[in-house]
Amino acid sequence: MPGKVLGFLSPDAVEQLARRLPLGTALVSATNGKTTTAAMVAEIIGGRTRLAHNSSGANLVSGVASTLLSSRGGELGLFEVDEAALPEVARRVRPRALALGNLFRDQLDRYGELELVAERWRRAVEALGADTTLVVNGDDPQVGDLARERDGSIVYGLDDPSQAVPALQHAADSKWCLRCGTPYEYAAAYVGHLGNYRCPACGHSRPPLDLVARSISLEGLDAVRFELVDAERALPVRLALPGLYNVYNALAAAALSRVLGATHDEVQDGLERFTPAFGRFERLDLGDRRLLMLLVKNPTGANEVVRTLVAGGAPRLAVLALNDGIADGRDVSWIWDVDFEPLLERLERVVLTGERAAELALRFKYAGFDPDAIDVVPELERGLDRGLDLAPEGSELVVIPTYTAMLRLRRIVTDRGFAKPYWEQAA
Amino acid sequence: MKIRVAHLYPDYLNIYADRGNIAVFARRAAWRGHELEVESIGVGQEVRPGDHDLVYVGGGQDREQALIAADLAGKPGLVEAVEGGAALLAVCGGYQLLGRFYRERTGAELPGVGLFPHHTVAGERRMIGDVLLECELEPGRVRTLAGFENHAGRTILDAGAEPLGRVMAGFGNDGESAFEGCRVGRAIGTYLHGPLLPRNPWLADWLLAQALGHRTGAEPEELPPLDDGLEAEAHAVSASRAHARGGRY
Repeated sequence: MPGKVLGFLSPDAVEQLARRLPLGTALVSATNGKTTTAAMVAEIIGGRTRLAHNSSGANLVSGVASTLLSSRGGELGLFEVDEAALPEVARRVRPRALALGNLFRDQLDRYGELELVAERWRRAVEALGADTTLVVNGDDPQVGDLARERDGSIVYGLDDPSQAVPALQHAADSKWCLRCGTPYEYAAAYVGHLGNYRCPACGHSRPPLDLVARSISLEGLDAVRFELVDAERALPVRLALPGLYNVYNALAAAALSRVLGATHDEVQDGLERFTPAFGRFERLDLGDRRLLMLLVKNPTGANEVVRTLVAGGAPRLAVLALNDGIADGRDVSWIWDVDFEPLLERLERVVLTGERAAELALRFKYAGFDPDAIDVVPELERGLDRGLDLAPEGSELVVIPTYTAMLRLRRIVTDRGFAKPYWEQAA
Repeated sequence: MKIRVAHLYPDYLNIYADRGNIAVFARRAAWRGHELEVESIGVGQEVRPGDHDLVYVGGGQDREQALIAADLAGKPGLVEAVEGGAALLAVCGGYQLLGRFYRERTGAELPGVGLFPHHTVAGERRMIGDVLLECELEPGRVRTLAGFENHAGRTILDAGAEPLGRVMAGFGNDGESAFEGCRVGRAIGTYLHGPLLPRNPWLADWLLAQALGHRTGAEPEELPPLDDGLEAEAHAVSASRAHARGGRY
């Protein structure tokens, strides 16, 4: 709210406040991973630099404005920015560095088609000042291409074909050549359409990488190890977060932190200290049981959650929560583009909750899951309690909510005196 | 019995949960002892009239639709298959591409297949939200369809063309006529995704019955009922969403 009031009082207040930051501003945007990436950067550089950081996830222009307004003595602005809001935020704060992670189909009722967002990003990048350093994910054809015309950009990506998936996932998006429309050939596809691609017709291919992750080894639900390699050093990193998508987040955070002046050692230490941003693979203690909260927002993000859960030994019981508020996407059809099937193989019982619980029930029923093993409990608190009743004492209950359901479930846990509210945690 | 399905361009037209519609066809057929055999028809492959009992065309993003539009317009076998009694379901982009043409904002026209008697004109604002329709595919039998629409095109039916249903809440074909979708015999086109069939199982069963009719050459017979409690629950929530917030910019 304060952000909206500020915009009303002074149309160029964001510009003025951003200009006061002595170390300038860095922006992070992506369909998936922007909160985690920005939080990693904060962990790496926050020890020696006072940050104005929108860590609560308020990532529209108003959220950036209110963070700037409430920051006292901030030296560097660090903002995750909504994909659609990026052009305006970039124009206003004139960032010294901009990290762009990925573009996946996401809430088409709200953002419009992927191509529209990509076109806005292209124009935002063209409008950047010459002194802005661009950091891009070279494994995403649309995003990697943004750096082609800009000297001094940092391009990151994965280099470990042993982690590739055998075939592109159902929800893969940018699989047709940007230049000529021919299907890309992938030497390795890692997450959605991210990977090492090449067009067999015109030769358009992944740009050369400046920073790569190699020798990746997934350690179940607890961690992932990899080597972070640039032209100077190869740093072994153990990240206390599972999944390949978090390796991408770590690469983006490492590249951006280096641009902002962090040393190799600071990058390595910061990543190893990092703990999950709220709701993203977050473990919450509930006394005699624990919750493992895994936020899902779109098909690719949900696919990675499923893949990571399965790799770590899929659960026998899970709670899934589907809301259809504006922040969740009012169109719930995306749940049909998620590859839930590997999770269903071991799942014996599922509690479905949230306003659109019945839609999830149909997704599972038509995937062949026994309807008698599905509990549909739309009210979230009752849904959570049903899951807790079914979970044996001492166990960890897997909860997979959409955004507004995650906020509500966290609040329920907080009200019971367990987890800290996120605004305290973020402070 | 084996029901032969042609799924057009599954690699390109697969947004908004098109595979959910295919899954519903497959399961509901299997629960009645029938088997669905799905053949993917891609760029450069012809639809062979008589070889399929049911045709499915989904929706795509603009880029994907542009990549296949010319190929689709050059598939005369599709119209012949439907004239020969095959059932068809086309959703969103597929529904547009099966009309006579699509006129872009620049005035340029993309030719369509001409299977449905309509044309589509790109509009300024997208029509996005929940929709509820009232349909009467068989005289005297009124049923509802609940779904979600997201389209910039305004689809205008030719005079006398039969819509799929009347809009009770939402935008429909053009936001003005109160018509939604189009029906030509056993062919149904609609903007409703969400996906359409899981929460509207009666339409899935109607299309399967038509497809079986094509297979056997006999009049379509109604399929035996199933336990659709979850489907009814999802339909009710979706319908209430349409009443609460459908049809508004």
